[in-house]
Amino acid sequence: MSQFVSGFWDIYIALITVMSIVACAVFLKSQSSTKLPSSETTGHAWDEDLAEYNNPLPGWWRWLFYITIVFALVYLVLYPGLGSWSGVLGWTQVGQLREETLQAESQYGPIYEKFARVEIKDLAKNTAALAIGQKLFLNNCAQCHASDGGGSRGFPSLTDRDWLWGGDPKEIRTSIAEGRNGVMPPWGQVLGEQGVKDVTHYVMSLSGTAADSIRVAKGREAYATYCVACHGAEGKGNAALGAPNLTDGIWLHGSGEALISETIARGRSSQMPAHKELLAPAKIHVLTAYVYSLSAPPD
Amino acid sequence: MNDVAGELVEQSLYEVRRKIYPRAVRGWFAAWRWTLVWATQIAYYGGAWLTWNDRQAVLFDIAHRKFFIFGLVFWPQDIIYLTVLLVIAAFSLFLFTAIAGRLWCGYACPQTVYTEIFMWIERRIEGDRHARMKLDQQRFSSRRLFLKGAKHAAWIALALWTGFTFVGYVTPIRELWPEVLALSTGPWETFWILFYGFATYGNAGWMREQVCKYMCPYARFQSAMFDQDTMIITYDRGRGEPRGARSRKENYKGKNLGDCVDCGICVQVCPTGIDIRKGLQYECIGCAACVDGCDQVMDKMGYPRGLIRYSTAHAMEKALTHREMLARALRPRVLIYLCILLAIVAAAAFSLWSRVPLKVDVIRDRAAIVREVEGGLIENVYRLQIMNTTEQARAFEVSVSGLPTLHVQGEATVGMPAAASRMIPVKVRIETSSAAPGTHPIEFTVRTIGVEGVSVHEKSVFIVK
Repeated sequence: MSQFVSGFWDIYIALITVMSIVACAVFLKSQSSTKLPSSETTGHAWDEDLAEYNNPLPGWWRWLFYITIVFALVYLVLYPGLGSWSGVLGWTQVGQLREETLQAESQYGPIYEKFARVEIKDLAKNTAALAIGQKLFLNNCAQCHASDGGGSRGFPSLTDRDWLWGGDPKEIRTSIAEGRNGVMPPWGQVLGEQGVKDVTHYVMSLSGTAADSIRVAKGREAYATYCVACHGAEGKGNAALGAPNLTDGIWLHGSGEALISETIARGRSSQMPAHKELLAPAKIHVLTAYVYSLSAPPD
Repeated sequence: MNDVAGELVEQSLYEVRRKIYPRAVRGWFAAWRWTLVWATQIAYYGGAWLTWNDRQAVLFDIAHRKFFIFGLVFWPQDIIYLTVLLVIAAFSLFLFTAIAGRLWCGYACPQTVYTEIFMWIERRIEGDRHARMKLDQQRFSSRRLFLKGAKHAAWIALALWTGFTFVGYVTPIRELWPEVLALSTGPWETFWILFYGFATYGNAGWMREQVCKYMCPYARFQSAMFDQDTMIITYDRGRGEPRGARSRKENYKGKNLGDCVDCGICVQVCPTGIDIRKGLQYECIGCAACVDGCDQVMDKMGYPRGLIRYSTAHAMEKALTHREMLARALRPRVLIYLCILLAIVAAAAFSLWSRVPLKVDVIRDRAAIVREVEGGLIENVYRLQIMNTTEQARAFEVSVSGLPTLHVQGEATVGMPAAASRMIPVKVRIETSSAAPGTHPIEFTVRTIGVEGVSVHEKSVFIVK
């Protein structure tokens, strides 16, 4: 704040604070005695004969008030609260967060440390690591990939062995830490309406879906010109580019003629966000093992 | 509002506390109080050491969020039972107060109980009322220092033991004990032992009646819970007045005196320092010490007992017999309290008895709503939080119903250790032709394998697109 306002306001606030405290003390002192009739009652009468006994507060009660004043003064010396005074303890919110983070790291660090030394393929069989991995997955991944890792339209399933960017532990780790950008360019302008239909039928035929054989033949030529660079001559895809395999019946953006032609005509753009800023390397290690375990061969 | 004329004097708005030196008393009601002191304190100090199922019988394990009370294990989801307990406590208070005033305050409240114990220690060390008053008037002496030191040492020892026991209900006491001996308790354990100990020492040793008069709200709302038929500690003014000293053999009636010999015993025994002969006051905690004290004097004088007794405003006014007064205890107010209380206790007991030691929460995946899978099936994903609240390892079977061909995909059984909670993702599938697009209500059933009747049904929805 101090870069926006002048130092005057710090002093202004501090003065109000101190004056309020002093005023409380003065008020307390002034209210410790008063003039009353010497009788048992306060001397007031309501509704003709309703009198009020004089029941003074216990003496220690007053000291509680004074203690709050002392507490306030001690607090304002120790902690920030009086204008720009930062307190003799040097406490800050950020400092407390840092301290608690350090404490948590020293508490949980050794657990992750132990896992970090284990190879992913072995860690994927460690039930303790998987239990932690599952929690990490539910907190960070399940929103898109679903609680079971099965994904949903536009978000790949992690439970099959069809990997867009490669299913080695190393590749999985890179996907989590660095994120991925999957881009399918739109071909509607280039291919024209009929061209898109032809390619759609050819792509459908690749995974054995029933398709119009004339369109398949026309589409094959267009595929060889425009699609082969990423999806490969056989339509097996390319993990280096994140280009999906078109022959396996697994459809990231939906199967059926309508959805496939939409994908071809308008393109698709998917993003896996990078998590290296959010999760410590050891956590990513455990998470990688968990994701690997979802489709790991049972050997 | 009128100001009544009178001489105005500068007066403090705060009262200087007048120390109370209650005199020891024996009798029927004091015996009852001591019975309750023993009962509550044996339960409190001893209860923490009992074991059950190889664990502490009564343990409020806040760190793991489980409360163990003998065979029962309460999870955070059982918070309703705490509410029920508080409702039962409140209605019991209403009921007892309507019948016989501040029974809780006089006999069972920790403030009363610990004050009674602390006063007993004080009496053993410093002597009774008179000796204590004399001691306090003395100038500084080594005897006074010794007696006061011994008293405070005994108080502090008991208070620390009380604090230790308190923490022993939260941290297993058998593990806490060696830690205390080695002075290696954790920061929070240390704090609570000292804090609870300090509160016991301060409240029962120093604050005493100040707690009842100024801190406890009960004194202030007792008038809302009393009526004309509530039995309260009452001085029989008609019989006692005019009060006055007399010799034992004197024909006091001839001297136009009442039964009250004005000995002041009722004031001397009062732990809050009031004179019950002035009538009901908010300071009266209903301990009946004055009843016991007065009865002793009446016995000595050869007068009938009960000049100060439990009686009601109605009984005094209409000169009811004891039997007539008791009959009025069964008035609508009391009967209504009693019925509500019995109903809640019965419902709570039934609920506890029929409780299924298994809890299930079903959470539908929110982002991944529906997906098509191979074979023309539609799949929804759910998270099932399954909590095994028994103290044995169990296995559970998950099934789902509500639509034709609806089934759980893959492994439908899950094993779980004792008193554990686990989240499992569950895939539910259906054939596309079995349900129209839209939302359909379904029901999960989680059944304990091998244990008859322990199953939970949870509703959810299945979405077909």
